[in-house]
Amino acid sequence: MKYMLIMRSNDAAVEAYENLDFTEVIAAMGAYNESLIKAGVLLAGEGLTDAKEGFVVDFDSTPPVVTDGPYGETKELFNGFWIIQASSPEEAAEWAKRCPLGPGSKLEVRRITELEDFPQDNEWIQKEAGWRAEAEGKLGTPAE
Amino acid sequence: MNETDAPGTVGSAPADADRARRAVAAVWRIESARIVATLTRFVGDVGQAEDLAQEALVEALRQWPVEGVPNNPGAWLTAVAKRRAIDGWRRRERLDERYAAMAHDLERDGAAASDTFWDPDTIDDDILRLIFVSCHPVLSREAQIALTLRIVGGLSSEEIARAFLVPTATIQQRIVRAKKTLAAAKVPFEVPEPNEYAARLASVLQVLYLIFNEGYLPATGEAWVRPDVSAEALRLARMVAGLMRREPEAQSLVALMEFTASRFAARTGRDGTPISLDEQDRSRWDRSQIARGSEALERADRVGRGRGAYGLQAAIAECHAVAASVDDTDWARIVVLYEALGRLAPSPVVDLNRAVAVAMSTGPASALRIVDELVQGGRLAGYAPLPAVRGELLRRLGRTGEARGELETAVRLTGNEQERASLLAKIAGLAASPESGTD
Repeated sequence: MKYMLIMRSNDAAVEAYENLDFTEVIAAMGAYNESLIKAGVLLAGEGLTDAKEGFVVDFDSTPPVVTDGPYGETKELFNGFWIIQASSPEEAAEWAKRCPLGPGSKLEVRRITELEDFPQDNEWIQKEAGWRAEAEGKLGTPAE
Repeated sequence: MNETDAPGTVGSAPADADRARRAVAAVWRIESARIVATLTRFVGDVGQAEDLAQEALVEALRQWPVEGVPNNPGAWLTAVAKRRAIDGWRRRERLDERYAAMAHDLERDGAAASDTFWDPDTIDDDILRLIFVSCHPVLSREAQIALTLRIVGGLSSEEIARAFLVPTATIQQRIVRAKKTLAAAKVPFEVPEPNEYAARLASVLQVLYLIFNEGYLPATGEAWVRPDVSAEALRLARMVAGLMRREPEAQSLVALMEFTASRFAARTGRDGTPISLDEQDRSRWDRSQIARGSEALERADRVGRGRGAYGLQAAIAECHAVAASVDDTDWARIVVLYEALGRLAPSPVVDLNRAVAVAMSTGPASALRIVDELVQGGRLAGYAPLPAVRGELLRRLGRTGEARGELETAVRLTGNEQERASLLAKIAGLAASPESGTD
């Protein structure tokens, strides 16, 4: 099974993070990623740039409205993810707990759907399989 | 996750016990290799180390539901196991100076050892030793597989038994026997010497590939209860490749497995019947897995020592994986790769596969010459794919009568129902349009 570890932090955590020694942060995350790689479980992972660079496409109205950040009422910003292979939700939780994050940060752990999770005779499921084929594997493992 | 995995909450309902058991199992899967490796260094014997680790696991199942999971569960398990070892020596009155020193260190460091408990460099080397010992040539292949899954992979005997569709007692016996054999042969806890390194590495990779292929077997009625043993083999292969960055074949094995596994979803029909490569719905291949395979093969190539048997097989698998269709496949390249593979690891099956690739790249006539040599060689007598391929080549050459004979031979030889149906359809096609096959 594949799980996505979704990293979210509130404003205070992001601020605290910015005041930390950058090399220490990098070293701690590097060691965590290394432990995932050495256990053979890391399938993909990316960190996101500052939310100020992002924007929001809001579907409350038709057509959807594009707005700059900040994210309105959102108090926790999505700022990175890992995809890992784990044999149980408990194993995914155990890996998540080892992530070097502090107060104000959360990891949401979600199992990734496999095509088998859906009825295979649905026309749209078949089409999605086609789109996935065209997407040409954008989620490779991060470079070492 | 507090509600779901902190078993410190009061209550002994079966659900709580089960929750605790799963939390312990999760830690064990992540930590078992490091724990057993560390303990082997401590007691000097893999079998004893594994027994001690299992005792610590039992202790965890007793304590964690009550006291909660410790901050560093791997260190906790190791410390408990070490204390057990020392208790054992004490009982046998063998607490000489060396063990007294160890006991002293242990008491000083405490059970709740700090985060610096694992020295990354030492532990990597110890895990590598553990892998080599698990796949040691004094063990039977079956024992190597069971021991590797148990002590490196962290699977329970029950899980291994389910994966291989054998009784749990059989796996337990294999593991007990394997431990006794390692002790009897005085197998050292060491990485092999340079003069035997290549052969020992080949053994490790072969064990992992056999485990992987076990999961790739066509689905049976019981398939749905089998743990994903191929995924576990792939995880272990990534682990080995991570420990041996300079070994191209270790990287290549990962690549080969990733490419093969990328086709898992497409390999059977809805009713479980196997679908051959050329008839698979390629939109169901896992593209991110293919990308990981290509990256692993690139890592192998970057070492700069050329491609071995796994590297060549991975490269062939990559040709298929990146092709949009059978026609779009780079068959000329596959022919060259099969030629190289055939020289490195000569096998009539490789030659037959090469013949198929030749037929696709330059046409059936030159492929038929290769197949005819194989027929004369006689080493594939009774092997259904040989007449099946020969029949198909003859059909394409318009030699319908001979094609029919070969395809009928293949029907008699094959044990696979799907294959038989496809051959019979081909024979029926011959009758319908006797002179059509001239491509």
